[in-house]
Parts: sequence; structure tokens; C-alpha cells
Amino acid sequence: MDPAQFFAASRVLIVAGKGGVGKSTVSATLARAAARAGLSTLIVEVQGRSGISSLYGRPAFGYDEVVLHPGGGPEGAADVRARLLTPDDALLEYLEDHGLHRVTRRLLSGGAFDVVATAAPGIKDILVLGKVKQLERAGVADLIVLDAPAAGHAITFLRSARGLLDAARVGPINTQATEVLEMLTDPERCQVVLVTLPEETPVNELVDTAYSLEDEVGVSLGPVVVNGLYPSIDGLDGEPGELAAAAGLTVDPSEVAAMAAAARFRADRSRLQADQISRLGSELPLPQLSLPFLFSSDLGPTELELLASAAGSGIDALDALPDR
Amino acid sequence: MSAATPPPSQGTSGTPGDDPLGRLLDHHAVVICTGSGGVGKTTTAAVLAMEAAHRGRRACVVTIDPARRLADAMGLEGLTDTPAQVAGPWPGELWAMMLDTKATFDALVRRNAETPEQAEAILGNRFYRNISGSLSGTQEYMATEKLYELHGEDRFDLVVVDTPPTRNALDFLDAPRRLTRFLDHRLYRVLVAPTRGLARAVNVAAQTFLRTTSRVVGAEVVQDAIEFFSAFDGMEAGFRERAAAVAELLESDQTAFVLVTAPRRDVVEEATFFADKLAEADITVRALIVNRVHPHFGAGPPAAVERRAQALEGTALAPFAANLADFASLAATEDGHLAGLTGRVAPAPVVKVPFLDTDVHDLSGLDRIATHLFPDAAARAGDGVG
Repeated sequence: MDPAQFFAASRVLIVAGKGGVGKSTVSATLARAAARAGLSTLIVEVQGRSGISSLYGRPAFGYDEVVLHPGGGPEGAADVRARLLTPDDALLEYLEDHGLHRVTRRLLSGGAFDVVATAAPGIKDILVLGKVKQLERAGVADLIVLDAPAAGHAITFLRSARGLLDAARVGPINTQATEVLEMLTDPERCQVVLVTLPEETPVNELVDTAYSLEDEVGVSLGPVVVNGLYPSIDGLDGEPGELAAAAGLTVDPSEVAAMAAAARFRADRSRLQADQISRLGSELPLPQLSLPFLFSSDLGPTELELLASAAGSGIDALDALPDR
Repeated sequence: MSAATPPPSQGTSGTPGDDPLGRLLDHHAVVICTGSGGVGKTTTAAVLAMEAAHRGRRACVVTIDPARRLADAMGLEGLTDTPAQVAGPWPGELWAMMLDTKATFDALVRRNAETPEQAEAILGNRFYRNISGSLSGTQEYMATEKLYELHGEDRFDLVVVDTPPTRNALDFLDAPRRLTRFLDHRLYRVLVAPTRGLARAVNVAAQTFLRTTSRVVGAEVVQDAIEFFSAFDGMEAGFRERAAAVAELLESDQTAFVLVTAPRRDVVEEATFFADKLAEADITVRALIVNRVHPHFGAGPPAAVERRAQALEGTALAPFAANLADFASLAATEDGHLAGLTGRVAPAPVVKVPFLDTDVHDLSGLDRIATHLFPDAAARAGDGVG
């Protein structure tokens, strides 16, 4: 399907995945791909140090919004902007909006944040999501890409709204949770993209997470992103020594051995990756979007463009969304 | 297992025959595996404990990972809150357990309560249930508590702990003190005893805070909190003593911190952050274990391999040369990422474990990893299968 149509399908894209699968790289990539398709995009990060800014070749960003990649160019791309929104920022903002004054700020900074968060677990998560909902409502961008917390927190994070509806039956938090849940469960407003590597344990975890999110939160799941897929090289089968001899090339035996070992390694890993991808497909009936493993070097703006192109062509190859 | 194991071209960085990780296991009573999520920390912890058993020690590995990967790796049906023994061909003992945060916290409350009634009042309180389930750092806190408890038991010589996937290494170190800080906070003193001669300004601020919080989250929730702190009255001393003892153990020479990482840039950045935080707390990293390292296939430096690939373009060897160049560049990139971190933790030994062809599900999988970490394990593998 057309990337512009794909990214316009919902206003918020939540990117979630276990630590080490490259979730933030995928967030950065999807944001750039959306901008290239002409949608103004805002990346919202909830933990610092994600590495998103260095992918864009920019210094780290904080609470204040920055432009990571200005729009323009031959493709008529839109801006990619970004900001950091930690739970503490969101809580402070929220409590201040609800009558806490500067005097009590000191008390809050002394650890009393914890008592609020403990009294109503999930409150910090709901405030972050509430803020995202507010940004979505205000139409600050065509697309908001939320780089969700890593580790096992993604489910807890997204489940917070339902949990809080039970804990706080009345009052502003209840309202907030209700509105967040409305956003999360409306496929036209929000989709969750889960990220994995084509390896056994990450695939298992992704499948579990996907079912939990659908059952317990009722979110709409977008395509699964399989990150780090070895690009295929044609002509790697065969014996390099024999091929050299047949072609009349003189090659050092140690070089032939290195070529053979490297080719075997790539073939083995590619096969393992293909096995995991097909297993993922059979266990989870969602479209898949693959991003290539990059051998080149560091991840920076050049690699980001490569990844964004790969995401774009991957989306092109997806079937059109069914009518909802 | 298939035959895709890459050549064991890595290995320990010390002189041949050196066994820095073996010595680390022999000379410590507690080993803490720290690092960010997804780098194979759980498996590494299991391998270390298993090797200690091979070295004749009675070792127990404690895992926190909810994905139960260690249980898989140990071939156990499931881990429980008490250690279970894993049978195997070693002179020592190997035990494994999965941390049950809530059960450990409940036990701690029961032990410190002055009366059974006090314990029940706390255990039944909703605020307590929230704390034991979700207060940030509770998992870390209970891991240190369990570690201390197991360390104190005569039946283990070595306790290996796999830490929760936190973003900050200090969360673990800081965990025991966190609850006592929570209890010491003047706000809670106000909550517990609103009239006990506190500075008026504090009291006014606290009351404002309480009112606002009640308005935001509901009065019921605040009432639960007040009841919790009242029920806790008198138990702080026990908790504080214990926290101090745990902190002392973690900072003592008996405890070794092992940093686990992978050679990807973002992961190495996280590990470097961990290393810095540990250094700030005067904790020495005793070893750096790098998992998932891509193999070096040789054939010269990356630039030379790249030139060679260009020269062979258009021939039948082109794809082979291009592939070799991919891996030469990757290996050099990985080495580059690791260089800074290696310097940061020097003189700690750096041990690399190559990418494996399958995930580890059983003891033989752990054995295979051990061959990359310990010369003894490599020798055993040589003797055994031949």
C-alpha cells in the first residue's frame, strides 16, 4: 500500500519491543519514512538515551520540542520533530494543572512522587499517555510516533489505563484513563507496532506480547517489524575454491577458506532467520515489515535514509488495509 | 545442534592459559551480572553458576527475568521461590531459583513485624500490595534481599544473581536503601503522625499535597496509604538494619560485578553508562562479558578486504568477496564500539562469546557457551566429544 495512506491510517503509532531489538531505531525509521511520505511527524520519547537523536545526527533532545530533520527536498518531505516526555515531567505538569503550587514542588522532588505513583500504580504511565492523547487531540503533527518504554514495561504501560479505571472510579484520573483507553482502542487514532529480531526468544516474546495487548488492552496492532534481517546475496552457494579454479583465478588458499567460512555463516544465519520469520507468520497472523541488518558501520543519517527507504518499500509491498 | 558454530577465534583477552573468570568464581561469594536488557544476562548468569559447580563449588543462581529463559536453559519445568537443585556431571552443586518478588517481600514483613497482627495488617493493605507489586525498585530490592538471605545460608558457597533489565546499574545497588528512604521521608512522618511536633510549614505543604492527591486519585487511595504507614510504625528499624547489611555485602570484596553486553552500538552505550555509574559508586567491574560477537573470518583488515571485493567484481567470486567484506567491516565496527568500554573497565578481563546458531535451551547449550568463557570448559568439551 501507499506509505502516505499507511501512515495516515492512525494519528498515533506506538512502537514497542523488548530491550535489544532496536525499537528506537525502528521508531526513528518509521518517523522518517512517514515524513518522506509527506506527513509531519513528532517522535515522543519517554526515556532518555534512546539514540534516536544520533541516528538523525543531532544532539540529544529534552522536554522542549526540536526539529530532528527539516522537511523539503525533492520528495517534498515533511518535518520530523521530537521531544522527551518522562513520566515525572508528565506528573509534574499534571499536578500543577490541578492546583499544586510551587511550594509543594520541593516536597514532590523529595521522593513524594513515589507515594503518588504507589498509591495508584500506573499513574505515571497514564499521565504520559494522557499527554500524548492531548498532543494528538491538538493535532500537533500528522503522525505521533511514541517510542514506548523498553523491557517488559510495554504491556504494563499500555495496560495502565484499564488498571486505573478500576483503582480510581471517579475524579480526574478516571476521566484521563477513560480518554486514554478510548484513544488506544480506536484503530483510527492509534496503532501499536511491535518490533522483534528474527531470532527465537525475541519472536516468542513478541507473540506473547501481541496476544496480551489485543486481549487485555484491545489495541489495534499494525504490522510487526522484523529488524536486522540479513540482506540476501545471490551466488553464495558453491565452493569458492572450485569457482576460482573454474574461472582461472589465482586466489590464496587462506582467502578461499575465509570466503567459504563467511559464506557458510551467512547462509546458516539466513536460514535460521527465515525459519523464525515463517514461525512468526504462522503464530501471529499480522503483516510483517522487514528492516535490513546493516553491516556497514555506525548508525547515522545515511543509514537512517537506507532504513527509511526499506520501510517505504516494505509498506509498498503490504496489502491495502481492510476497511474498518 | 547444527554445525553452524562460527570458528572460536575470540576468547579471553589475557595470556594463553589464563583463566580470569574461573578465578573470579573461585574467590567471590556473590557474583552480580549487570547490563541492559536483551544481551544474554540470564544465560550468562546460569553459565557462571554451572562452571562454579564444575569447579567444586556449591553455587546458586537467582534469576529475575519473567520470560523464564533461565528455566528453559536449565531444563527445569519452572523455577520456584526456593532454590531447586540441577543435576549434572560436576563435583560441586548447582541450584537455581526464580525470584518471586511478592513472596520475598511478604516474608520480610513477617520477619520484621512485632506481632503477627501487625504483619497481617500490612499484608492485607492495598497500598502495601501496590508497593510489593509495582513500586519502582521493589524487584531490585527483593533481589538483593534474597541474595543476602541465600548468601547467609551455609549450603551455598556462591550466589550468582541476574539483575532486572534496568536502565541504571545503581538501581540495584540503591535498592535496599530505597524503602528506608521512603519510610524516612518527612511526608510519611506527617502522614503517620500529623500532630507530632513537626515544623508547621512542612505540615501545611504536606496537607496541601494530600488534599491535591486525594482530589486527583481519590480519597480512598490516600486513606490506604495512611493506614499502611501507621501499620508500619515500629518496623523501620529492622528494615533499616537489614538494608545496611545488604548494602555492606554488595560493596564488600566478597561481591564481584560482571558487566554483560553485546557489541552493538546502542547496547555498548548503555553498558558504558552502567560502567560509569558503577565507577561513581566505587564499584569495580571485575569482568566484561560480550555476547553475540560476530566472527572474524580473517583475510586482512577491512579496507584490504573491501579492495579485494572491488577487484573481484564481475567474477564468480564476487558474491563471496562482497560477503567477506560485509563481515570484515562488521567485525571492525564491533571492535570499535567495544574499544572505549574495554578501556573504561580496565584492567577487568574482556571475554567474548560468539553468535550462536541457536538459542540456549538446555545444559549442553550452557556448556557450549562455557567453552568460550573458561579454558577448563573448552578442555572438557575436547575430552568428552573428541
